[in-house]
Amino acid sequence: MKIVPGAVCEAGTSRANKTGGWRTFKPVYDYDKCIKCKLCELLCPDSAVKPREDGYFEFDYDFCKGCGICANECPKTAITMELEEK
Amino acid sequence: MPREMTMDKSKMVVVEGSYAVAHSVKVCRPNVISAYPITPQTHIVEDLSQFMADGEIPNCEYINVESEFSALSALVGSSAVGARSYSATTSQGLELMHEVLFNVSGMRLPIVMTVANRAVSAPISIWNDQQDSIAQRDTGWIQLYAENIQEASDMTAQLFKISEDKDIMMPSMACMDGFILSHVYEPVVLLEQDITDEFLPPFNPERTLDPSNPLTFGAFADPNYYTEFRYLQEQAMQTALKKIETVADEFSDMYGRYFGGLIDEYQTEDADIIIMAMGSIVGTIKDVIDRLRENNVKVGLLKVRAFRPFPAEAIKNVIKDAKVVVVLDKNISLGMNAGALFIETKSVLYNTDIDVPVTGYMIGHGGRDIPTSTIDKIIDDAKEIMKSGIKTESQFTDLKEELV
Repeated sequence: MKIVPGAVCEAGTSRANKTGGWRTFKPVYDYDKCIKCKLCELLCPDSAVKPREDGYFEFDYDFCKGCGICANECPKTAITMELEEK
Repeated sequence: MPREMTMDKSKMVVVEGSYAVAHSVKVCRPNVISAYPITPQTHIVEDLSQFMADGEIPNCEYINVESEFSALSALVGSSAVGARSYSATTSQGLELMHEVLFNVSGMRLPIVMTVANRAVSAPISIWNDQQDSIAQRDTGWIQLYAENIQEASDMTAQLFKISEDKDIMMPSMACMDGFILSHVYEPVVLLEQDITDEFLPPFNPERTLDPSNPLTFGAFADPNYYTEFRYLQEQAMQTALKKIETVADEFSDMYGRYFGGLIDEYQTEDADIIIMAMGSIVGTIKDVIDRLRENNVKVGLLKVRAFRPFPAEAIKNVIKDAKVVVVLDKNISLGMNAGALFIETKSVLYNTDIDVPVTGYMIGHGGRDIPTSTIDKIIDDAKEIMKSGIKTESQFTDLKEELV
């Protein structure tokens, strides 16, 4: 491998670097409360909230760092942050 | 060897320094100009704004931004897209850019920026010294210092050519003393469009941001790779050392104007005393040298044009046979009691066979006038050093002791 001046590389290579391991708390949905408002998807700074075919969402735990913004902003408190057990 | 400069007087006009620079920028066919006004740089971007309003700069975006941080950040994007990008700033504005300066250099974006050198706060001072750009020494920007308006204006085209060289790809600052050069009117030849179109090829970088072929610029480098990026930047700076010389020669061949490459020399050949300096003070020193030479004082001038990359070999070669070297600095590294050019000059002489006394004067801070009588005094000191050695290695010049 050769490095490229300016650290220029293909876009999207951060996908290879799974950052989910940084997480201390993981977000978990309560789908009975979720109203599919999409705020969690819009506000996630890591694009780690993925839409499902049924209109609900799920977390991509490979990249969710557990920041808790989704849980904090959810108007129906449908997301709880649970301590990671490893 | 020093080249002769032939100026065609029929082509000369009397304009303000800022106008001459703005005209040069226009002639270099920029694609993006970002502008945030700050004294004494404002006239440059005002004149460019006028050119834009008059439709004189085709295929160019002029971006008004809300700070200098934004001014340079906007150019990170535009330069990465492949647009020839220009801005101008000074003093606090340049310091506000500090973080972005590193990013521009690290991403290898050949932005050219004019710095109308000004003192930094506090205390607030809008007047000239060179502390602002000297403080950005280690950010990976090429820095050239102009002696007069003609040089400041011509330097713009030279720097685009140097920075955009595919083996260099490093940003650069054209440093001109604020007010002394930015606001003074002098006869100059405005940069010629026809010659410049031949001298400066269009900017055509190897890698550009393009939605159809997405790339990441300045990607994450872990400890396994970071060192090598710094190494490549340093290599580019070393390549620029040669390129600054060849571009100055090429410019001289095509335009008939020459101001030195990395350095320039004036009456140095047989000089016992060599004065080193950067920027407009060089003109004052030349006048003093002319007068002293009539009285057979063997004094010469080493004008340092390139501060980064630092022309160590060129400097050593000029001063090796002198009896005393005097370095003038319009800046101070606080806590070192010395100016940057003095510090660097001394450092490149260590581990060599050259054993010449080097003494430093910090001068002209915050726009303090530098009369020829001050240069006379410094040269008198140098004569003493030739006889009895250095007593004070580095000192403030014209300090008003009654005020402190």
